[in-house]
Amino acid sequence: MFTKMEKKELKVSAIKNGTVIDHIPAKDLFKVVKILGLDRIDTPVTIGNNLDSEKFGKKAIIKVSDKFFEDKEINKIALIAPTANLNIIRDYEVKEKRPVELPQSVKGICKCINPKCITNSEPMATKFDVIPGKTVSLKCFYCGKVTDHDHIEII
Amino acid sequence: MNNKSLISITDFSTKEILRVLEIAEGFEKNPEPHLLDGKVVATLFFEPSTRTRLSFESAVNRMGGRIIGFSDPNISSVSKGETLKDTIRIVSNYCDLIVMRHPLEGSSRYASEVATVPVVNAGDGANQHPTQTLLDMYSIKKTQGRLDNINIFMVGDLKYGRTVHSLLQAMSPFNPTFHFVSHPKLRLPDEYKAFLDSKGVKYYEHEQFSDLIPEADIIYMTRVQRERFSDLVEYEKTKDVYVLRNSMLDNAKPTMKILHPLPRINEINQDVDPNPKAYYFEQARNGVFARQAVISYVLGLKH
Repeated sequence: MFTKMEKKELKVSAIKNGTVIDHIPAKDLFKVVKILGLDRIDTPVTIGNNLDSEKFGKKAIIKVSDKFFEDKEINKIALIAPTANLNIIRDYEVKEKRPVELPQSVKGICKCINPKCITNSEPMATKFDVIPGKTVSLKCFYCGKVTDHDHIEII
Repeated sequence: MNNKSLISITDFSTKEILRVLEIAEGFEKNPEPHLLDGKVVATLFFEPSTRTRLSFESAVNRMGGRIIGFSDPNISSVSKGETLKDTIRIVSNYCDLIVMRHPLEGSSRYASEVATVPVVNAGDGANQHPTQTLLDMYSIKKTQGRLDNINIFMVGDLKYGRTVHSLLQAMSPFNPTFHFVSHPKLRLPDEYKAFLDSKGVKYYEHEQFSDLIPEADIIYMTRVQRERFSDLVEYEKTKDVYVLRNSMLDNAKPTMKILHPLPRINEINQDVDPNPKAYYFEQARNGVFARQAVISYVLGLKH
């Protein structure tokens, strides 16, 4: 006898220790994977995508075993998926649950939309101030141009 | 990181702007031909801009400084593919100050991060050109005797004109009234209107020169570039609407002055030039004093 909730969770197997990132809009899953560098780590990662969600229609969930991210690192995903939830799991129990927080500035993870921006021709890290709002946009520290949410391109 | 650079006019507080204008006044009254004795200033022009370069070099020369640099990136290491960072690092070793002009936006800010000497931005693409703003303000102060409560008409390309954007930001603390005159396609962008709203600055928009010219203290003309219009027929039809002619100035205030960042094409008719209200050539002269002030201020020779 499973409740509705438990059934849904079981579509992606439980982890013993690690981090679960839930409520990622399905279309943004691979951006989140890239931002967190999950394509380059060697601990087990389980990903579920296009799961039914009352909130967004389709959502994604990521479970990373034996990995606890620093706030600075994990909060970067708020740029793409501000609705995401973070669960810290220890011995199969949720020890901490919180939404991701939008950072005030980000360095080196996105591309500036302005083709005439110096960051697009020098081998250098980009820097942006985060402009909060319904959808997040980024103001380039160098050229001042604003990259809106739909054009945020992860490097 | 270096001590003090000037990349955007917003790098200076209102207090600092006023101080720099005061220093510029000092240079106009009392040239200091030995202030930069023993100092070397590099003028790095990654794109040609003869007028701006000569103005900076004149400023350095008048204070007794020496100049190194290039005015054409094709004959420098840039053409060999060196990064901006490397060029700036190397040149930092050779000089006390870098003045740079570059076609890419944000280049000067980046240069100021990697340089070990102060950097003065002489234009980074369509982005910033702060010494132009300072010389505009100097010209307003000098001709009107004040910066407060000035009625400014801004005419032409208000959408892309960086001098317009910087000047309205820098003037906003002084309770100005703005009249923006432009083709609907070249209107002031919303972000600047929002800025003015947030500061409680009064402004009005017009699609042609209004009968309010007699109220103007300053008319700030800018060039409308043909390439801003996708429809050239429309450009041809409208370009003459934004031309200032001598006959339009009959009822203007005697103290009113016409400014233009130059170069002009036809937006100020030649028949305006002999009118004492035409101030654009003297304005260019003020650029030397303003740049002397900026250079001595960022070098810490004037406080």
